Amino acid sequence: MNSVILATASRYLLTLILIFSVFMLLRGHNEPGGGFVGGLVAAAAFALYFIANGLDAARSILRIEPLRAAVLGLLLSLLSTLPSLVSGKPFMTALWIDTGIEAIGKVGTPLLFDVGVYFLVLGITLTIIFALAEEECRV
Amino acid sequence: MLGLIATGFLASAIAPMLYKRYRENFGWIAVLFPLYMFFGFLSRYPEIAAGNSVRESLPWVPSLGINFSFLLDGLSLTFALIISLVGAAVFLFSGAYMKGYRDAGRFYLYIGVFMTSMLGLVLADNMLLLFVFWELTSFSSYLLIGFNHHKESSRKSALQALLVTGGGGLALLAGILLLGSVTGTYEISSFYDMNRIITSSALYPAIVVLLLLGAFTKSAQFPFHFWLPNAMEAPTPVSAYLHSATMVKAGIYLIARLNHEIGGTPLWQDTVLITGAVTMLFTATLAFRQTDLKKLLAYSTLSVLGTLVMLLGIGSELAIKAFFIYLIAHSLYKGTLFLVAGTIDHETGTRDVGKLAGLRKAMPVTAAAAALASFSMMGVIPLIGFIGKETVYKAILELDRWGLPLIGAAVLANACVVMVTLLVGFRPFLGKAKETPKQAHEAPLKMLLGPSLLAVLGLLIGLFPDFFISAMLEQSARNILSEELSLKIVLWHGFNLVLILSFVTLLLGGLFYALRPVVLRYSFFSSLPALFKPSSWYESALKGMLSFAKLQTLILQNGYLRNYTIVIVLAALIPASFALYRAAEEVSIIPDYSITFYEAALGLIIIISTGLLITSTSRLKSIVSLGVMGFSIGIIFVIYGAPDVALTTFAIETLNVILFVLVLQKLPKFLKLSRSSNRIRDAVIASGIGVFMTLVVLFATSFNISTELKEYFAAASLPEGKGLNVVNVILVDFRALDTLGEITVLTIAAIGVLAMLKTATGRKAQP
Repeated sequence: MNSVILATASRYLLTLILIFSVFMLLRGHNEPGGGFVGGLVAAAAFALYFIANGLDAARSILRIEPLRAAVLGLLLSLLSTLPSLVSGKPFMTALWIDTGIEAIGKVGTPLLFDVGVYFLVLGITLTIIFALAEEECRV
Repeated sequence: MLGLIATGFLASAIAPMLYKRYRENFGWIAVLFPLYMFFGFLSRYPEIAAGNSVRESLPWVPSLGINFSFLLDGLSLTFALIISLVGAAVFLFSGAYMKGYRDAGRFYLYIGVFMTSMLGLVLADNMLLLFVFWELTSFSSYLLIGFNHHKESSRKSALQALLVTGGGGLALLAGILLLGSVTGTYEISSFYDMNRIITSSALYPAIVVLLLLGAFTKSAQFPFHFWLPNAMEAPTPVSAYLHSATMVKAGIYLIARLNHEIGGTPLWQDTVLITGAVTMLFTATLAFRQTDLKKLLAYSTLSVLGTLVMLLGIGSELAIKAFFIYLIAHSLYKGTLFLVAGTIDHETGTRDVGKLAGLRKAMPVTAAAAALASFSMMGVIPLIGFIGKETVYKAILELDRWGLPLIGAAVLANACVVMVTLLVGFRPFLGKAKETPKQAHEAPLKMLLGPSLLAVLGLLIGLFPDFFISAMLEQSARNILSEELSLKIVLWHGFNLVLILSFVTLLLGGLFYALRPVVLRYSFFSSLPALFKPSSWYESALKGMLSFAKLQTLILQNGYLRNYTIVIVLAALIPASFALYRAAEEVSIIPDYSITFYEAALGLIIIISTGLLITSTSRLKSIVSLGVMGFSIGIIFVIYGAPDVALTTFAIETLNVILFVLVLQKLPKFLKLSRSSNRIRDAVIASGIGVFMTLVVLFATSFNISTELKEYFAAASLPEGKGLNVVNVILVDFRALDTLGEITVLTIAAIGVLAMLKTATGRKAQP
């Protein structure tokens, strides 16, 4: 697709949508949103960039192999279960930092878990989209 | 002891690295490990012999009754000493024997894991912990049998051993769980005094059958014996260690360990006795038609395992005494002979008894060790094997009921063992030297030390049995029978019936040896009819399972997406609608005709888009209608107050469009492929699921469903989950384990999609 407007806009849109996706992720705890939707929105952002600028550009701006991002997300989620194990509580007991952090809100293992979900969903969606796109290029 | 086990696994893990560094001399380093274990256990000997036992326990999963509890008493010490001593001989031997193998480093990893697990098995005081080690030994045995994995026969034998012992392991687990439900504990020492409770329980027959299934498969009792000879595919040190001295005795250990707790009934004693006796005789006769050194030894091992099981079945004081002496004797001489067979194979390049002769000149030390072990195996005075056989005969003669047939069977079986000994222990060394594939010469020190040590030990214990093993056996017997025994073991019993029987056995064995070439000319002996071969039962069961799997794959998973959908939908629809039908009587659906403008409009849009979808003639049109449907459903979620679900739906619908755009060009021209009869069938199924879902929703709203959960989550969300969004708190906190499972599945699915897309076009997947 060769659209100068879209190609130019997509650069700004990418940043905007990504910020929005992180916003979705963080606000999920109190209002509609969460890691899953956040991840989907972020994937949509990269998909838009890919449609406007092509696969190679999208891959290079993502920097990380999407499947690797997914596995990384899974690891993050697993990692969030560690504190409960170490502190001898039942598996996956949520642990929170008492004060919380400005702009992010309450911080604890469930947030880490949700961040893991975010990366996982982002990675998986892009894995499939990029794989299909490669097929596309080949034809 | 937990530390010992942990060290064992750790040492095994670094073994391949150490091997890479030291290579040539690694045997000397590796042997330190079992030696350390051996002397560690030996230092406990006086304590145990004095009648004490050492128990350690560390909670693992206390809520399920699983603990790292270990018990060192007479019985476990006997086994632990055998395992570590034979282990030392085998490790050293492997240093030279495995030199030519690729990946020899990995060999040490496997065999180290095996030794540690085997020690764990005999030391474990918790039944479930014992089961974990039990399975670990099966698993490491699988890896070791299949060590030459480029050979198909190796892989097949490894799988066979794993399936048989693993299947038995499942039975064992079930038996353990039943036992635990009766006794309320898994600690073996806790149900030491519960014999009455266990044997009078209604579950008792099931417990006995399941536990014995586990024990019999592991110890290769008839009709599960066939995996053991096939396991000879493994490198010889493995055969010497796992499949003769240690692992195959795990089942026997289990029977011995539990004899006091669940034995004493006719069911237990007779089953064990008969199975053991049948195995002893049947497998001994099978040895006739073998020509391979290792296979010959394997069949004699089977016969000995049968004898040991039979002795436990007899269960008298004398039988238990015979059991221990025979156990130790067998481990010593069979370990030696297997290693000797390995040496011969290594130095001459063949294991065929027909091709070997006159090696005594080239390999004098090996020949001497073999001769010593052989005399012990035949039961010649003054070796420990002699005492073993004498005691076995005495224990059998004591019986009233089965005495006569059993003594006949035992003499016959032992005569066959004598024949095997003549074939393996003497024939290759005597007579005129023959041409062998490799020029025979004496083996290196590493390969001589182990077998010689074991053989000499057999002689020493035979000469001074009281000094070496009496005290330990007393304690061991106490663990089985719970009575104080005073076991005086002496070499010479005087001239009596038992001694005559020993002579008869030797003579018969010699006769069998002489007659063997004649007997083998008749084809009846060289191949049994398939009906009588348990191995062919195994083969047909395996084949049947595979063809069933093929058949059901062909029907259920034929590669057409539409068929998958039909199968999934029908599998859910049929049983669920049956349940719905049965519940229908109690439900009265209250119709609610109040409907808003938005709802009506949305419903209309969905219906129209569905109509467009199924009648459309272009792909683009159908995709667009699908999108319209999806977004309308999303709006329904918004109206009914599920913004989270709506949000996700919108995001997914958007991405769906992108995916469709990507594949659109690739797809073939839009065609109607299905026949009208198929379309009618699909329409019926689709309407069925539609009607069903509608009914379910109507039913659900008319039922007075308990709102307990809803209220709990709503109330607990903020104080316990620290969040206002109940859905999200459930997802990432209350039910986070479910989410973790789901995202794992998602990752696997993505890898699957990637693999499918990449392999379908024959290109290599990118990392």
